[in-house]
Formats: sequence, C-alpha cells, structure tokens
Amino acid sequence: MPSATCVSCQGQRPAALVRPKTSEPYCKVCFFEAFEREIHETIVKEQLFKPGETIAVAASGGKDSTVLAHVLKLLNERHSYGLKLVLLSIDEGITGYRDDSLETVKRNQQQYDLPLIILTYKELYGWSMDEIVKAVGRKNNCTFCGVFRRQALDRGAMKLSVNKIATGHNADDIAETILMNILRGDIARLKRCTSIITGDESDENEGSVIPRCKPLKYAYEKEIVLYAFYKRLDYFSTECLYSPNAYRGNIRTYIKDLERLRPSSIIDIIHSGEQVLVKQTAKMPVQR
Amino acid sequence: MHLTLEFAGGAELLFGKQKTHPVDLPESQTPWTIRTLLVWMRDNLLRERPELFIQGDSVRPGILVLVNDTDWELLDGLNYQLKENDNILFVSTLHGG
Repeated sequence: MPSATCVSCQGQRPAALVRPKTSEPYCKVCFFEAFEREIHETIVKEQLFKPGETIAVAASGGKDSTVLAHVLKLLNERHSYGLKLVLLSIDEGITGYRDDSLETVKRNQQQYDLPLIILTYKELYGWSMDEIVKAVGRKNNCTFCGVFRRQALDRGAMKLSVNKIATGHNADDIAETILMNILRGDIARLKRCTSIITGDESDENEGSVIPRCKPLKYAYEKEIVLYAFYKRLDYFSTECLYSPNAYRGNIRTYIKDLERLRPSSIIDIIHSGEQVLVKQTAKMPVQR
Repeated sequence: MHLTLEFAGGAELLFGKQKTHPVDLPESQTPWTIRTLLVWMRDNLLRERPELFIQGDSVRPGILVLVNDTDWELLDGLNYQLKENDNILFVSTLHGG
C-alpha cells in the first residue's frame, strides 16, 4: 500500500488518489496540475495546434469529450494558444442513448460558453442508427457507425470552417485499438492508429479530409474519470445499446485486467505500438 | 454500522438506478471490510447482472472505488476496515466517452 503523502507537494495536502500512470500518490490539487500540464506538454511537443486556428471539439456528452472540452478551454486561456473552440456533436439516432447524451452536450455548451453544432445521420444519410440496425441486424453495427460518424464529423467541420477536429480518445482507447489491430493482423490500421494527428496534408492517402488529433492520447481513462469527478464536471455515462456485441469489448476486458496487474501496461502498449515498423515488402490488407 | 453507498458512471443501473443508498450493516464479530461489504452488497443490494459489478472477490476491473473521496488504493483496498458513516463511491468507467 503506497504511503498517503502526495509526492508532488510532499504532504502539504493529503493524498487523494494513486495515479495509474506512475503508481504514485497525489493530492487533488497536484493531480489537477499534473493532468492539465501533461496534456499541455502533449499539445506543445506534438505541435497539435497553431495560433488563430478554429478547432472543433468532437463532443458526445461523455466523460472523455467533456473533459477534453473543459481542459482545452482552460489551456487555451492559460497558455494563450490563440484558438477558437467550437463543440461539434453527431446524433446517430440511437434512442435512449444519444438523445440523452445530447442533452448533456447542450448543458456543456452553456457551461463552457462555446458554440455548438449538432448534425444527425438522418439528415446526412437518410437513416438513423436505429433504422440501420433494424434493417441489418445486431452485427458489425459499430463498424458502420464509426465510418458514418467520422464522415459526419468531416462534414460538420467543413460547415463550421474549422481547421482541425479534436477527439477525446484516451490512452485506454488507443491501447485497445493497437491490440485489436494486432489480433486481426490489420497492419495498415496499426500504423495509423498510433498517430496523434491524422489527415494532415502530408498524408496522401487521406485526401481532403479535415485533420484530426487526440490531445488525450496519453491520459489514462481512470484519471479522466477522477478529474471529471473531483471537478464535478457534468457528463453522460451509458453503454451504447448496440455495443455489447462489439469485438472491442473483449479487448477492453483484457486491458482492464492487465492494468490491474501492472498499471503502466497501457502506456507501454502505446509506446510499443508506436515503435512498430512495417516492412516495405509487407502486403497491406485490403479495405473490405 | 451506518454507511452511504454511492454509484456513478453507469454503476447505478445495477442498483435500481439509484445513485445513493444509505445502508445499515448488521453487527459482526469480525470488522467489516470492503471485501465483506461487497459480499453483502451482492446478496442484498445488487438487482441484476452481478458479474458486471463483481469479479472474484473484488469489483470488476474498470470500476473505481473511493472512500470519503479518497482512492481505495491508498487505503489498503479490499482490506480497508469500514468506519461508521463512511461514504463509499463506486464509479464505473466502462462506457463510451
């Protein structure tokens, strides 16, 4: 059991949590400071933004995007990034899930005082997710929904004339994706999924999509939840009705078990994934 | 022993959608710990799908436990001895972001 003294302020304040990233005890104040500072360092080191840019924060009302909006707004002011932030939300048309979470995004708009635009699948594609699932059945739903949503984000971003989209993918998500791609032998995706920025001009394959980035790439899910909890941030938390069948669920369970045994596993998987180099002669899987 | 149990992040769905549960644990020869509390919760409070909350003798990985706002990992985890009027919060992280 770790001692109850915050390693950062050395006992000025009582420790409140153990950071999984470092397995060290932290008090709330030092945790907020470290959490925010590390995201700032990621943004600076990876050169995610340029002054004067308009950034769409992909907002679902969930824990990750709520924390992302809160922290980006805070850092933008604290460090004078010079960014204009807007909230962009996609309504897939999933009753009992998305309609509730959108209420949360609308509250976030008030709380963070940021412009908000909501686009729906129904408007864009003529189908809501509920209708799609009814037609095709409960299989591979996440695959379709993910593709539609990414395109919807691009369209929304173009409508808003933004320069980049910021998504709330966290370290756990990325570690899961890396393992998923390894298990499926999808080396094309494996190469792309560890990039913190995708779709900028240098990548020929991406065409004219809006670049997107993941400022929370190295932030542990546990820390995001604790940050939101201690700061009393308003977020919506329910599992999507159609997700229980998703392959990712198995990987998530595995990663959670690994994290319990060795908390640094999550960051370690990301670092390993980043190091993977694909041989020039390797055959890339064909997108089906 | 009187305690307040709280649930968040979706965990409340397993406990009748109720976020706050004041409970009174019966007298016991051995001191109550989180380990024994979980067993009591499974037998007395969990409305459905115990496997979504409990794994083995602990909570399912992905569920955070805070005792009086403090991470249970700082407090001896499952072996923490409960005190009168403790507030135990179970936050699930197992949902979309």
